[in-house]
Amino acid sequence: MAVANEETVLSRRFEKVNTVLEKYGRNPLNLIQVLQEVQAEYRYLPEEILTYVATALGISPSFVYGVATFYAQFSLEPKGKHIIRVCDGTACHVRGSMKVLEVVREQLGLRGEDITTPDLLFTVETVACIGACALAPALMVDEEVYGQMDQEKIENLIEEMIEKEKGGDQ
Amino acid sequence: MNNRVHEKKALTIDGQEVALQNEKNILEVAKRVKVDIPTFCYHSELSVYGACRMCLVEVEGRGLMPACSTPPEAGMVIRTNSPRILRARKMNLELYLANHNRDCTTCERNLNCRLQEMSSRMGVDEVRFGEREHMVPQDRSNYSLVRDPNKCILCGDCVRTCQEIEGIGIYDFSRRGSRALAEPAFGKDLSEVECVFCGQCSLRCPTAAIVVRSEVEEAWEKVLDPEKFVVAQIAPAVRVAVGEAFNLPPGEITTGKIVAALKKIGFDRVYDTSVSADLTTLEESEEFFRRLTGKGGPLPHFTSCCPSWVLYAERNYPFYLKNLSSARSPQQMFGSVIKNFVTQLEDVPPEKIVSISIMPCTSKKFEARRPEFYQDERADVDIVMTAQEIIKMIKQANVDFRELDPIPFDVPLGLGTGAGVLYGVTGGVTEAVLRYAHEKLTGEKLTEVEFSAVRGEKYLREAEVEIAGRKVRVAVVFGLANVQQLIKEIREGKRTYDFVEVMNCPQGCIGGGGMPLAYPDREEIMKRRAHGLYSADRLSSLRKAQDNPAMKLLYEKWLQEPNSDIAERFLHTGYRSRKRITDEVIRIQEAKESQKVDIAVCVGTSCYLKGSYSILQGLLELAREHGVEDRVSIGATFCLERCAEGPNIRINEDIVTGVEEHNLREIFEKAVMSKLASV
Repeated sequence: MAVANEETVLSRRFEKVNTVLEKYGRNPLNLIQVLQEVQAEYRYLPEEILTYVATALGISPSFVYGVATFYAQFSLEPKGKHIIRVCDGTACHVRGSMKVLEVVREQLGLRGEDITTPDLLFTVETVACIGACALAPALMVDEEVYGQMDQEKIENLIEEMIEKEKGGDQ
Repeated sequence: MNNRVHEKKALTIDGQEVALQNEKNILEVAKRVKVDIPTFCYHSELSVYGACRMCLVEVEGRGLMPACSTPPEAGMVIRTNSPRILRARKMNLELYLANHNRDCTTCERNLNCRLQEMSSRMGVDEVRFGEREHMVPQDRSNYSLVRDPNKCILCGDCVRTCQEIEGIGIYDFSRRGSRALAEPAFGKDLSEVECVFCGQCSLRCPTAAIVVRSEVEEAWEKVLDPEKFVVAQIAPAVRVAVGEAFNLPPGEITTGKIVAALKKIGFDRVYDTSVSADLTTLEESEEFFRRLTGKGGPLPHFTSCCPSWVLYAERNYPFYLKNLSSARSPQQMFGSVIKNFVTQLEDVPPEKIVSISIMPCTSKKFEARRPEFYQDERADVDIVMTAQEIIKMIKQANVDFRELDPIPFDVPLGLGTGAGVLYGVTGGVTEAVLRYAHEKLTGEKLTEVEFSAVRGEKYLREAEVEIAGRKVRVAVVFGLANVQQLIKEIREGKRTYDFVEVMNCPQGCIGGGGMPLAYPDREEIMKRRAHGLYSADRLSSLRKAQDNPAMKLLYEKWLQEPNSDIAERFLHTGYRSRKRITDEVIRIQEAKESQKVDIAVCVGTSCYLKGSYSILQGLLELAREHGVEDRVSIGATFCLERCAEGPNIRINEDIVTGVEEHNLREIFEKAVMSKLASV
């Protein structure tokens, strides 16, 4: 399954790149917007695309790489279909957000420095604050906020999501 | 009192009243009155960056301000050394040092490091912020330069040097905060990006984050091996700079001392690269004459003795490779002479002879390793040492350089003419060719040999010289950023030349990446080095390549005549376009059906400039128009290696060249639609 999904990512059509470049008038001053839209389309910034964008905008690849690595919003690694953001703001931190992170990662089988599951379904990140301090410890799955997380709730949530994804595959 | 100062358009620095002379910043005003404000990131030839904060000064009523980026105003009262400034500077240095690998005693730049010097000068006696914990790997991927990011202080000098002088932009800042690095795109090694190995970045690096890759140990091994016959050649520019490392003034000609030092070290023969420069002049001039008279090759004729320029041209100007002189550079000509002629002259078998060149240049290390300069798996030039390395070798040999009695080069290949010596400074190749061309084409003796029109410090110099009734238009240019602009204008028809001399490094080889650092006053040191070479030319009894008796010897005994078959074989070379980036196709539109045609449009620099972008768009539209979107895959690829004929596309396996907007429809209908019909 993991292999099949990787192939899906590699063969993803890059047709949008030209549309995005055209939309921003191939103006290097619009680099950040271009990168944002490219990432929205492909979920990350593939190296070949960044090199292509640099050529098209007439700037050096190192400059584009610099911008892409400066902002936390950009990723040069493929990201999962769903992004789980564990809040690590002060309120969540004191109420055990690190434990939440640990459980989430364990449930998804993430090891070492990995943040994305090999099947490219989930990416786990931490964020500074999602503004849901009253619900601490909280996390977000894509655009949805889940509050007062504990081990059981996390396990259920992730099991549910995996089930849903498996169902969707069939 | 302030009012009076104001009227005279003056300001005060450290209590000294200074009249303003349209300086761009406080730093320049201070420099003029010999107040040496410390800097890391300020270089007069680069844009002002204001990052290193070493040049902070206190402006009365305004507080601490960076001298490099603050314009001087009449009436300003400036202190460059108040306790507050000293504290701030020291603190900044401590912060630099906290993130800097401080293994100074084993560092390539030990005692030649501006960070070290500044710490000593400012009296930094402790670093309160710990030391670098996270070490990243060094980049030893290429023959010329070694990068050690653990020594980088993020001053950005390399970033701006490569962008502004070379117009390439290999480096930029990546990441941020404590993880920030100045590095090539995607953290790649220099060998994997478009680096031309000129080493201009290493010259300006204030630490050892970018240094010359040393071959000193290899050289010692060969020199001390009794089985080996070691022959050295010394490039012109080296002789006016080695003295700088031994407290002799910049520009002082130390040729005889260098020869003496090399002999003491144990080199068997020491020859002068000016001799092979004379050989280059003869070979290249004859080639140029053929172009000029319409008997061979296109104009303009571009010189090819600068290996960084050659590499850059191979990557970016494949359509000009036929314009590039086929004459090898003086280093490689001498390499060939050593391995093919000196072997006979000295009766030494090729496997015993070791050829070592001593160069101002880091890119020469790369040039010597090009496969075309090997014969029977033996390199023409075995080891390339920069001026920096020969200085180290002389120091290691315990030789008192200042007190050495000069001795001459070995005969018969030790006497270069003044024209050959001029190769070390921008405009020199042109001047050498003109001295030859005049006599050769007019048959008259040239009495006034100096062509001042091609001399000077400007990055682009043009001249029109009348030779034998024909006006020859020459241009001399340095810095690849300037070269890009010039070539753009030539291609647009805005400028026309017959002969273009290109050097990568500012001021030519005297500004080479392997030369001593030219610090602190780069401008002044460069002037003196140039002056040194011009003096060496003037002091030569022979000032024209054609007068060199070594030429007579080489052509009579071996090469027959310039551009003869044998000269072509041993002294000339060829060029090829080089692809730079992966051949991975970027898929723009994917065919859904299996009976399909694959099209790849080249978007490499050359094709891109010629309009491959609109071809890509055009193909997408044509596919839509013909209703075959689902049966045509369209992608972008970085180089199809047919740059001269571009823009190019690949339809399945066939490469179609010369694709333009006006013939795109025809190509699409003929090549693509017909293929679709047959699948």
